[in-house]
Formats: sequence, structure tokens, C-alpha cells
Amino acid sequence: MSWETVIGLEVHAQLATRSKIFSGAATAYGAAPNTQACLVDLGYPGVLPVLNAEAVRMAVRFGLAVKATIARRSVFARKNYFYPDLPKGYQISQYELPIVHDGALDIRTADGGHKRVHIVRAHLEEDAGKSLHENFAGLSGIDLNRAGTPLLEIVSGPDLRSAAEAVEYLRRIHQLVRWLGICDGNMQEGSLRCDANVSVRRTGEDRLGTRAEIKNLNSFRFLDRAILFEVERQIDLLESGGTVVQETRLYDPDRDETRAMRGKEEANDYRYFPDPDLLPVELDDDYIESVRAALPELPAELQARFTGEYGLGEDEAAQLGATREQAAYFEALVTELGGEAKLAANWVIGELAATLNRTGTTIADTRVTAQMLARLLRRIADGTVSGSMAKQVFEVLWEEGGDADAIIEARGLRQISDADELARIIDEVIAANPVQAQQYREGKTKVMGFFVGQVMKATGGKANPAQVNQLLKQKL
Amino acid sequence: MTLDRQAVEQLAHLARLRLDDDELLDVIAKLSGIVEFVDQLARVETGGVLPLAHPLEMTQRLRPDEVTETDGRDRLQQNADQVSDGLYLVPRVIE
Repeated sequence: MSWETVIGLEVHAQLATRSKIFSGAATAYGAAPNTQACLVDLGYPGVLPVLNAEAVRMAVRFGLAVKATIARRSVFARKNYFYPDLPKGYQISQYELPIVHDGALDIRTADGGHKRVHIVRAHLEEDAGKSLHENFAGLSGIDLNRAGTPLLEIVSGPDLRSAAEAVEYLRRIHQLVRWLGICDGNMQEGSLRCDANVSVRRTGEDRLGTRAEIKNLNSFRFLDRAILFEVERQIDLLESGGTVVQETRLYDPDRDETRAMRGKEEANDYRYFPDPDLLPVELDDDYIESVRAALPELPAELQARFTGEYGLGEDEAAQLGATREQAAYFEALVTELGGEAKLAANWVIGELAATLNRTGTTIADTRVTAQMLARLLRRIADGTVSGSMAKQVFEVLWEEGGDADAIIEARGLRQISDADELARIIDEVIAANPVQAQQYREGKTKVMGFFVGQVMKATGGKANPAQVNQLLKQKL
Repeated sequence: MTLDRQAVEQLAHLARLRLDDDELLDVIAKLSGIVEFVDQLARVETGGVLPLAHPLEMTQRLRPDEVTETDGRDRLQQNADQVSDGLYLVPRVIE
């Protein structure tokens, strides 16, 4: 009998506000410990939380982008538990009335199809501080800079059926929150992290199996590994006659396994109740429409336009549309070129992306601008340079800047397209290799590759390959 | 409704309170009294009434996203029992 995996994700995205969700303390990453933790964040008696308007706007922006319902009225609740990095003894979150509910996000599946993942809810809450357990002689050190940082918790339905689908969904969320400018998406710094609810059931079964919740996964790879391990663990357990216990587990990347958190760390009995310090948040239609009006073209819309308008394949469009910045670069390039979308796409997701990656540069800081690259691609399009020559020119553009035409001229990288000159070289090559020429005439057409190689060698790679092929066929 | 011993022990655990047997019996009686009082409220017909999130008929005021608080660590940490390198020190929470 086979098993089906069922996964739902809870993604925590730190919202890119300047100040905290309920206080005016800064949210900058990497500040000295406790220098960005004010009276409100520290839970001093007598302080009152005041909600950050920008955090609300960002949550609504996300909600609209996933075609969700925006709650006209939402309520903050206290989630009660004790931990030293939570000074108040409760986390302010939303429970019964979240700000966003019932949206959807489409992901691509391994077979090239699409799948709609239900977004059950997205609610606003505050982050906790950080506990450090090393080097304090049996004590723990607490840094409360992160306490009160706004989070949007995005909860999917149990719609994902494999680790790969879960990773793809997280990638789409990651892309979207960056696209919307509401989260920097830096997973190493913890700006985006997720919990995975994982269960298995017999194929064909409708009821959900008992799930385990794997906490705090902060990379795509860890999410993948943790789910693969957990699914295997649960299947082994069930097949040997055991049962899965509903519990919270942690993934240990060093040992590549998940294990149960001890009861002490676990507190499922949160005793939520509405926070009396905060009034209900009411949003009217005018407000919601003003946020909608400010939405950019969304990734899915942009990709559809790229395949339609530019005739690109779905993969190319998806790769180009990975970030808004890259999509904008591509469009600037095509505009400058006045067409040649396919060529432009190949260069943006090929040579440019590889170079940015290799040098650790973001596209915003690219040393070869769309205008510079357009001048180079124009010379590929008109046959002046071959693809491999263009790569040499690109390298010079990247390292030294300047203009493609000037570089082509200065370095003699012009392709030999002069038919007479090429014909002369080809005659020489054929004369020097009579045996292979005879083989070709006897039907061994594979030696064509040999001749192309010889001509390229003789011209220092400057011959136009298409033209060489054509001339060789005529002359042989 | 009377709270049983197990429920009160669980509440005490969640509240991180250590109660001896005498205290526990005392708390069971007192909490049960409160629950009985609340049970009276539960008998009121509330079928068509929305849950009350807040007694004030007002909505939440929002503040602009501006940093208004400066570093007050040195002053604030004067209230702490133990600090080190800017961190608050607490009994170790994991072994």
C-alpha cells in the first residue's frame, strides 16, 4: 500500500518597517544587544502598545496580492506562554479575526502543471526576542532587539503533497513578499522562516493523519530535508504498527533528523483572549482600494505578459520574473534593442545572471547596464560578433566598462563574414585535409564537424559559424 | 461546575505556580466559585450577539512608522539582576 504526504506551511515574514509593530523602537538588523528594545518591548508595567500603520498596510498589500478577503474588522489577542525572550508573558497576535483570510497562491508542479494552494489566513503579530545559550556559565543571555518586530504569519491549507511542492510554495511566498517590498526575505537573518505541519495517510484516504509540527525552518534546503525525514519517520512508525503523536519537533541540520521538543518547551495551551490594550482595527473600502491601487504588476501577471507579449517560454518567463528588478532590466533591454526578446532573455538569465551570481552583485548594482548590454546584443543580432566573442566583450564591459562597439574594434573581435575571405580559408582547409574531404564525399557527413573546427581554428574563432557551414557544404 | 484537581494542577503548571496540597484545595474551592459565577453569565441568551472584543466603542488608532525611541539600554538594565555584554542573564532555559 502506498502513502500520501500532506503538508501545510506557516510562514513567518518579518515586515520591513522602520519601527516595531507596537512601539517606536528601531528594527534594524545586527544592532548591539538590547539597544533597540524600549519600555514597550520589555513589557514594563503601565505601557500601552500603539499599532504601526505601515505594518497594517503591508499585511493588506499581501492579502490583496493573494486575492484574499481583507477583514473590515480584525482583533488582536494575547497568546500566553512563559519564555525568557517574551518579557510580557504573552505574545500579541491575532486569533479569531485575522486581518487577511481566504486567499490563494498558484505554484508550478514537477510535471509542469499548476496547483492552487489555499491561503487560509495571514495575521499580524509581534516577534519574540532571542535566547543565547553559549558562554554564560550555566545562564542564558537574552537579547530583546527582535522583540516587537512585526511579523505576518501566512498559513496555508494542508494542500501540499510533497517536500518539493512545499519548497516551491515557500519560494513563491519568498518571491512575492520581496516583490511587494514588505519583507527583505533574508532567510539567514531570520526575516523569513517557516513551520511545517506534516502528516501521512494511506492513498485514497480522505481523513487527515495525525500531524507533527516542525518548527523554525530557515532555509529551502532545511525545509526539504526536514519533510523528507519526517515523512519517512511517520511511515516507518505506522507500518510497524505504531501511531504518530501530535507534537512539536525540531529539525537538526547537523544530524539531518527531526526530534520531539521536550514538554517543557512546548506549550500548546495558549489561552488566547482579546488584548484589552488594543482596540479592534477597522479598515474601510476607501483604504483597501487605495492599497490595491498601489499594487505593482504581480509575478503571475508579469509572467503571463512575458509569454504573450515577447513569445517567451514559461520557464524563461518564470526565470526572468524571479525578481521585479530583473524583470525591469529585461524590459529596459528589449525596449533599447527594439525587439530581440529571445536573445535578450538568454543573456539576462544566462551571462548576466551568472556574472552577478559569481561576483555577489545584485542586479541593482550591475556594472553592465541594460543600455550597455543592448549595444552589445545589437552586434550579435547583425552578425558582427558571434555568441562566444560577445561573451569576451561582455567580460570587458563588466571589468572595465566602456562601449561594446569600441571594444569590438579595439580587440579585433569582428566576425569574419566576408564571403571571399572565408572561401579562401575554407579552400585552404579542404586542400590540407584531402582524406577527410574524401570521407565526406563518400557519405561520412560526420566529418563536417571536423572541418568547422579547422576553419574556426584558422580564423581564431572569428568566423561566422552559420556561414562556415553553408560554404563548406557548397565546396565539399 | 466544579473544577477538578487535575484541571487546577494544569492551570498552576501553565501559570508556573507551585502549590502544596493545602493551597491546592483552597484554590480549587475559590476558582470553582468564580466558575459558578461565570456560569450564571453563560445562561444569558446571546445567540444574536457578536463577541465583544473591547468594551469601548472605538477603533484602533494607528501610529506612523517612525523610530521615536533611542537606546536606553544602560538605564533600563539598572533594573536587571544580571547582565553581560548587553544581554540580560536568566537561569538557563535548556540543558
